[in-house]
Amino acid sequence: MNNLDSTQWTKQRNQQWLRQIASYLLLTFLAFIFIAPILFMIVGSLKPDELVLSEASTLKAFIPQQISLQNYRDVFERVKFEKFLFNSLFINGTIVLLGLIVNSLAGYAFARLRWRGRSLLLIIVVALMILPLEAIAVPLFFQFTFLGLRNTYIAQIVPFIANAFSIYLFYTFFADLPQELEEAARVDGASPLRTFVEIIVPVSKPVFATVAILTFLSEWRSLLWALMITIDERVRPLPLAIATFQTLPPTQWGDIMSFGVMMVAPILIVFLLFQKWFVKGVASTGTKG
Amino acid sequence: MIEQKTRKLNDDTRVAISMVAPALTGLFLFVVLPFTLALVLSFTNLRLGSPLPTQFWGLEQYRRLWFDPSFRHALLNNALFALVIVPIQTTLALGLALLLNRPLKGMALFRTLFFMPVVFPMALVSVIWTIIYAPGSDGMMNAFLRFMTLGFWQPQDFLHDPVLALPAVMLLSIWQGVGFQMVIILAGLQSIPTSLYEAAAIDGSDRWNQFRYITLPQLRNTLIFVVLVTTILSFRLFDSVRIMTRGGPNDATTTVMNEAIKAAFDQQKMAKGSAITVIFFLIVLVITLLQRLLVQEEKAIE
Repeated sequence: MNNLDSTQWTKQRNQQWLRQIASYLLLTFLAFIFIAPILFMIVGSLKPDELVLSEASTLKAFIPQQISLQNYRDVFERVKFEKFLFNSLFINGTIVLLGLIVNSLAGYAFARLRWRGRSLLLIIVVALMILPLEAIAVPLFFQFTFLGLRNTYIAQIVPFIANAFSIYLFYTFFADLPQELEEAARVDGASPLRTFVEIIVPVSKPVFATVAILTFLSEWRSLLWALMITIDERVRPLPLAIATFQTLPPTQWGDIMSFGVMMVAPILIVFLLFQKWFVKGVASTGTKG
Repeated sequence: MIEQKTRKLNDDTRVAISMVAPALTGLFLFVVLPFTLALVLSFTNLRLGSPLPTQFWGLEQYRRLWFDPSFRHALLNNALFALVIVPIQTTLALGLALLLNRPLKGMALFRTLFFMPVVFPMALVSVIWTIIYAPGSDGMMNAFLRFMTLGFWQPQDFLHDPVLALPAVMLLSIWQGVGFQMVIILAGLQSIPTSLYEAAAIDGSDRWNQFRYITLPQLRNTLIFVVLVTTILSFRLFDSVRIMTRGGPNDATTTVMNEAIKAAFDQQKMAKGSAITVIFFLIVLVITLLQRLLVQEEKAIE
């Protein structure tokens, strides 16, 4: 390597180095903008109520001076937060668990069994994937009002167990599994159900994780249905609870911020622990779409 | 032997039916049935709690919606929303994904930070941003804009301003949604074979050309999907406008779903709400079919 080559090489390396630094700076700047509202919420929850608004226009919005948990205590004094948390966990947990069972069974039957009506029903299921909740919320509301099931857990759980998109995710995953897996079991005369439970499920952790996460994520955040179908706080879940809390006089922003922190903490923790699965799950919606 | 085989086929059907029954029953009762019900109800004048008997109204609900100023405003708002959000959010998501698609240290951390808003319920996001948009010079957004415009910005009451309210909602939607699209695009980027880039580099192609002729075409289907999802989400808009502005001021932020809930839930007008729901479905259907067409076209070319 003569002198000219090594200078060029160094120049390239310097350019790369500069580009990296620029990328990091840009990313940090953008990350701060993204995190700012979240920081604002966390810091606000630790401040006296009056200061949340009055300090919002300064950098003090992000730096607490005296940390106090008073707001958190206030929330519990003013409303039954534990009830709302329980409701959300119970409703979502049940939807996810029952959904995993019901939708995976269907997905497997579509993927690996031969039966009459399979193709037609599969097409229908895929077609139903288009319908978001909003397209059926109104008539569903009518149905449940008609049945006198407003303000119940059932109304918030049962309609969301069967899910066309979940079935589809299971279907494509199972269809991609190697055929040899079940052959040995079939020769032994095992029923499809046993084969499913004992052979397929253990190797299907990725799709179960994906469906669980996507379902949990979408149900935890939903407001519309709870708004329509619940009447009082007995079965009210968290998103609706914070919306009502915000309008509960007196409007104390510190309390509202701590409500928010407590409300998002569970899913945030789940997200941080299972990030890889979250990202994989979300990304997979793109490849299946 | 043949007997055994026939029995096996029958067994499959019986077992299969029992395996799909719960899911399909659920889908039927809570998706197909309601949707059909919406269609049927939209041809009536059903109003819960009304002493008058329900009558068949034909297309009257739809005719009324056509002339309903609030509904038209809602359609306009959703369309505006889509037209603004889709390009901005997609470009932003693409930009972030490109930035993160390097084997540098800490990329996972940034990815987590950008994705974090996505796990926030929209109800909570709306509440936080309500304070951010607080009127007066104390408000964070007002202070921020004053800083960025070197003092020229006058404090505004975003959520009560007929012009600023919708953009305000757009901003928080983008904030909450970008991470989701970014992750999808990032996955798409990572599935592009590096051999394509290597070959291009050997040919002397620079980064911009590589982007134009390799990255973008490879990402075509992913981007179309992201555009589709974001567009549909624009029409589903409800949580934030319900909490922050209730559709106001003067319908400035009302959306199709907000009108539907207003009709069905606030006013007990089931038929009107159902009709709006049907229209919403048709819009979603058209958008989805367009996407399928665009994707098929590419497959046909290949």
